[in-house]
Amino acid sequence: MTKIVRVASGQGFWGDSLDAPRQQVEGGPIDYLMLDYLAEVTMSILQKQKERDPAMGYARDFIGAIESVLPGIVERGVKVIANAGGVNPVACAHALIAAIAKAGHAGRVKVGVVTGDDLLPRIDELIAAGHALKHMETGAPLSSVRNRVLSANAYIGSKPIVEALEQGAQIVVTGRSTDTALTMAPLRHEFGWAADNWNQLAAGIVAGHILECGAQSSGGNCLHDWWTIPDLANIGYPIAECQSDGSFVITKHPNTGGRVSVPSVSEQLVYEMGDPHSYITPDVVADFTSIHVAQDGANRVRVHGITGGPATPFLKVSIAYRAGFKAVGSLVYSWPDAMEKAEAANRILRERLDRLGLKFDQILSEFVGANATHGHLSGDGRDAPEVQFRIGVRGEDRASVERFTREIAPLVLNGPPSVTGFAGGRPKVEEVIAYWPALIDKQVVTTQVEVMS
Amino acid sequence: MSAGTVQVRLLDLAHTRSGDKGDMANCGVIALRAEWYPLLVRELTAERVRAHYGALIAGPVDRFELPNLIALNFLLHGALDGGGTLSLKTDAQGKVVSTAMLRMILTVPAKEAAELDLPVLTHKE
Repeated sequence: MTKIVRVASGQGFWGDSLDAPRQQVEGGPIDYLMLDYLAEVTMSILQKQKERDPAMGYARDFIGAIESVLPGIVERGVKVIANAGGVNPVACAHALIAAIAKAGHAGRVKVGVVTGDDLLPRIDELIAAGHALKHMETGAPLSSVRNRVLSANAYIGSKPIVEALEQGAQIVVTGRSTDTALTMAPLRHEFGWAADNWNQLAAGIVAGHILECGAQSSGGNCLHDWWTIPDLANIGYPIAECQSDGSFVITKHPNTGGRVSVPSVSEQLVYEMGDPHSYITPDVVADFTSIHVAQDGANRVRVHGITGGPATPFLKVSIAYRAGFKAVGSLVYSWPDAMEKAEAANRILRERLDRLGLKFDQILSEFVGANATHGHLSGDGRDAPEVQFRIGVRGEDRASVERFTREIAPLVLNGPPSVTGFAGGRPKVEEVIAYWPALIDKQVVTTQVEVMS
Repeated sequence: MSAGTVQVRLLDLAHTRSGDKGDMANCGVIALRAEWYPLLVRELTAERVRAHYGALIAGPVDRFELPNLIALNFLLHGALDGGGTLSLKTDAQGKVVSTAMLRMILTVPAKEAAELDLPVLTHKE
């Protein structure tokens, strides 16, 4: 009989459904549960938490997720792979082991930890050794923002996770693993794919891409016939049933809502896509133009024919740095002349900011309900029942941004009429943590694996 | 609209999803029917899409074809006002940039529209 490995997605981002992991473990047979917690800005948030408390810096939701699935994974032998470790995977593993002990399973669940992605302590040494860590879009060297850097992590591939699984880990916690590695690693481990089985590795990446955003491939956020997609309140998260040749079927548990169809999977395939011929990962460069999809029964989509080629000699590095301050405020204007009133408020406010001599790197006004997302394509917004005037500023000077936040509320009494929707009070000033993508020579990054219980 | 042609709306021919890569938005366009894909390949040129978005984006547009998925992928450079956390936009991550694409109106020969069973607009846009 053909060996099938079932990898289930239980988390698409930090903040996703708290119930999904348990539903995936208990709703039917699975072999692996993958949980993706990290987005580009998440690392910097976690770094700030770690600065305040050295025992923090990981996705704490993950501990709750494990508590919720623990009886099920112990009973069924389901393994869990998660990049919940953030900037402190070791602390995450210790918290996990404590939670496992508290639940009465001490010593029964081995936890693997992958480290080595954190380049922050090595930044100066790397720059001195000639690694400029140039911004991938602007070409600027990292030295230009060096004193503002908050976190720096290499996106690491599936290999160290495979090692942890080989050493018997039932739960593997990583830092900045690529989202796709969380799915690829169990497949490499189960099928023994070699480091140059490019087509199979590429298939693992495609499966990972389909699973990494949770229910966004099983009917969530699906534009195609969206009004016909059943029971989104009970949406089933996607599961990949994988074979050793690299082909797989995307499905979901029975008695769940949502829909797994060629359109729902295709929408996820094109999500955040760059050049489809070369989807670059640490393990392989996958060719997304090679992907074939076909309906294979209700809520089953077969994905096959995937090809790939050798990986590049580089790893991508995700760097976060402090980039000034911003604030966004809004007021709602009502019919009649809602749009005209909102536009008048914008003119008045901007004149006030000019008179105060406030300078910003950016000011943006939007008219939500009229044209905020479609611009000139939306028509003129006249006769709208209401329009939200939304204005934001960004700049290096915190005091200027602070002053801006005090200029919006006065418009309620001294500006155009029929204004409401200001109950939230003055907008908050936020520090901007910006993202600096760079490449680094793979040889420079060495990962470590430790398995504990 | 010249004689012998009809108008069709992209909304009735395709579905889309978009996301961000830095200051760039991607826009995946998937044909609702396989037989309509060649029409999309012909009509949705990078130039046409660039012109459609106009002042909504600051940079050029790249196009890639994915015939197996009956899809096109567009990269809209400079679409996100700086992108990520720098952007002040409501849609800072380009999540709905692709829905603006669906407003596009295509003019096609009436004969082709009939052969392909295209959902033709009955009123003039």
